[in-house]
Amino acid sequence: MSRTVLVLVAAGLMAALLLIGLALPRWLLFLVTLAASHGIVSVGILVIMRGGLVSFGQGLVFAIGGYAAALSFTQLGITDVIVLILIGTAAAALVGAAVGPLLARYTGIFFGMLTLALSMVAYGVLIKSPAVGGSDGFNIPRGTLFGVRLEGAGGDYALYALAILVTGIAATAVALHTRSARGLMTRAIHGNGLRVEYLGTSVQSVMAINFTIAAALGGLGGALTIVALGHIEPTFAFWTQSGEFVFVAILAGSHSVTAVFIASLALELVRSFSNLYFPNTWQMALGLFLLAIILFLPAGIGSLWAGRRKASPSSGGETP
Amino acid sequence: MQLALTILMDGLIYASWLFVVALGLTLVFGVLKILNIAHGSLYAIGAYVAASMVTLFASWGLGGHFALIAMLLAAIGVALVMGPLMERYLLRLFYGRDEVVLLLVTYALFLILEDAVKLIWGVNPYYVSEPYQLFGNVAFASLFYVGYDFALIGLAVVCGIAVWFALNRTRSGKVVLAVIFSREMSASMGVNVDKVHMIAFTLGIFLAALGGAFTAPMISVQPGISVSVIIVSFAVIIIGGLGSIEGAAIGAVIVGLARAAAVHLMPEAELFSIYLVMAAVLIFRPEGLFQRAAARKI
Amino acid sequence: MAGDTRPVLSARGLAKSFGAVVAAAEVTIEVPAGEKLCLIGSNGAGKTTFVNMVTGYLTPDAGTIELDGETITGLAPRTIARKGICRSFQIPQLCIELTAEENMLVAIAAAEPRGLSFWADPAAGGRDARARELLDRFGIAAMADRPVSEMPGGMRKLLDIAMALARRPRLLLLDEPTSGVSAEEKFPAMDRVMEAVSGQASTIVFVEHDMDIVRGYADRVIAFYSGRVISDGTPDHVLSDAEVKRYVSGGAA
Repeated sequence: MSRTVLVLVAAGLMAALLLIGLALPRWLLFLVTLAASHGIVSVGILVIMRGGLVSFGQGLVFAIGGYAAALSFTQLGITDVIVLILIGTAAAALVGAAVGPLLARYTGIFFGMLTLALSMVAYGVLIKSPAVGGSDGFNIPRGTLFGVRLEGAGGDYALYALAILVTGIAATAVALHTRSARGLMTRAIHGNGLRVEYLGTSVQSVMAINFTIAAALGGLGGALTIVALGHIEPTFAFWTQSGEFVFVAILAGSHSVTAVFIASLALELVRSFSNLYFPNTWQMALGLFLLAIILFLPAGIGSLWAGRRKASPSSGGETP
Repeated sequence: MQLALTILMDGLIYASWLFVVALGLTLVFGVLKILNIAHGSLYAIGAYVAASMVTLFASWGLGGHFALIAMLLAAIGVALVMGPLMERYLLRLFYGRDEVVLLLVTYALFLILEDAVKLIWGVNPYYVSEPYQLFGNVAFASLFYVGYDFALIGLAVVCGIAVWFALNRTRSGKVVLAVIFSREMSASMGVNVDKVHMIAFTLGIFLAALGGAFTAPMISVQPGISVSVIIVSFAVIIIGGLGSIEGAAIGAVIVGLARAAAVHLMPEAELFSIYLVMAAVLIFRPEGLFQRAAARKI
Repeated sequence: MAGDTRPVLSARGLAKSFGAVVAAAEVTIEVPAGEKLCLIGSNGAGKTTFVNMVTGYLTPDAGTIELDGETITGLAPRTIARKGICRSFQIPQLCIELTAEENMLVAIAAAEPRGLSFWADPAAGGRDARARELLDRFGIAAMADRPVSEMPGGMRKLLDIAMALARRPRLLLLDEPTSGVSAEEKFPAMDRVMEAVSGQASTIVFVEHDMDIVRGYADRVIAFYSGRVISDGTPDHVLSDAEVKRYVSGGAA
């Protein structure tokens, strides 16, 4: 698929989702909005994962984006949701750019554990900070879009449309990035980082930039989430939240960013239904599902349609 | 001075059971190269089974010091059932895959065990505080301590020395060290690597359950204890260096002291302090205090 | 090059030890432009240590290394690669999930200052043509779209060398370019490599064990024994040296 086709398909998908949204009940609109907001964080994990690393601390940037947007609303009086999303994205990207070069020195489990440690430091600070609501967090009223307050069914649809467009554009950018020279280099680093260094490219700098991209996407997801949810709390940075983002990324596989959103939606649906019908065993269901995926579909659900080379999980093409 | 002593004692008491749990985690990593996220769940299961066993023993009229036997039996039972089951029928399916994949497998296992515990024991807390009074109180430098806490420090020392001795001074321990050094080479020299894996994993699980069983009298046994334990034991072995016994001991003491200092000086920084230490160690000594540095070579 | 006597590579007094093992001692080697220099010696004699020090994987304990008069001692491999020293490996270092062409594109992108652009198609800007040309030179263009994992060992070896040429290096280091190739195929393989390399790189240092190949392709030979240079000169001179016969070529040739 050429780049132009990719962009056109992505635009078509977004338009279709906007139309479908008109027919969806409000609870489902909300669910899809949340799934998109969380899914884009997992797309960020994909950007890092293609280079062979897995971050177990994306909750950190998710929380930073969320808190930055939420505090801009309650403290600075900024109510425009697009501005809030930009603030959340920028704040997380800044943090990512600051810690990225440091994290890029590490490989394998150490990278995972250090990201986990950083996110848990943030969690520890947040639960003990009364200024931002401590462990209870705080609520954020509904924001505005172009001066109009987002209320009622219309407001829900507007948030849904915004989530689809913003995450859709970001995900398309990631898909294009994957097909760029830098994306190819990222895959090469996964394959043989030593050789990449001998060819004259700094593995650390490529990975640091990838981490910054992932951080921006995490912040974007966090800001979108608080705008839709109207609430933020320290569990945004907790390791089980980070674990869920990794869960979705693994479920989707690295073949396709579309698969990430599908996996994210599946998770939200399972969560809602399980909470209703069997509240004490839904984690067990998730765990069994994760095991089954790792065992029987190691390249993720994306490999069902996007894996042109089934033998090599990390080398497949990219569909939007 | 008084405060410093209080921090030191609190830190060591916290470090004691933490070391036992972390020792199991680091042993499993050393031999199987798996960072077992479900380790905390085994700690929790150890605590729950111990709570049930102590209550059961008491109902048979076996109170007092028999409770200690009940707790030990609980840890042994958990290890013998769960160790071979998890290693043989689950983890073995994934050997040879990326270390991150194995990390995710144990994450899945953690999710499953969390709910399994809730299904078996419900969500209400269990209290078995009787054994906590077994050793009375001890006056120590004008402070009073519960004797049980000192017994825990003793247990940690015994566990540490026993594992070190078994690894370094016995024949089978040397076989385990050979497997740690090179799986392939040991296999080619006729070592039954599968057996070593299963024994090491079971021993690791035993240590997790033992830590859980012997802390059960000090805490309220309830859902969620596994999460806090796994997070802190990770910090311990990352600080000390993955797979190192000395590292786990030093790591546990550092974490214990950091936490105790935070609790007494800056209560709001309790969790924060542990992870700050871990992040600092990782930044300056990427592979922990007791490992050769091996961050990206170039 | 007439009149320009400054060497491309100048290594002086290199020393390197690993604990009690001396891997290099007083190693001084100058390589003039256009020379094809062969390093010989038994395993552990110090050839690969020398290559690793020149390419920055190891930092010498003592001594200096200069490329075109500029000191490069202790720089990172990527920095040294950017300055113009590229190498191939005894065991090919490739990304086996990528295709042969993708591997070439990685090498070419790495060689261009703007090659890592965010949005640029890795194959655009004539890069795909350059990749095909290099693959063609080594006779592996037919395998361009196959993942490396499906390529036979000999072709991987050639691809590994082709990638080292992406930069048109000032100095090319080939670590045992014909290892793993059967005795009767060694000459054709070496012919192919030398022909493919010509025009892309003129100054070449290669490590070789087969003395017939050494005689056939080297302008000059340096023999190593336990970290030291024991003989340096024309192939005939070095290969007839008594010490070399005893320690290096005697049993093997």
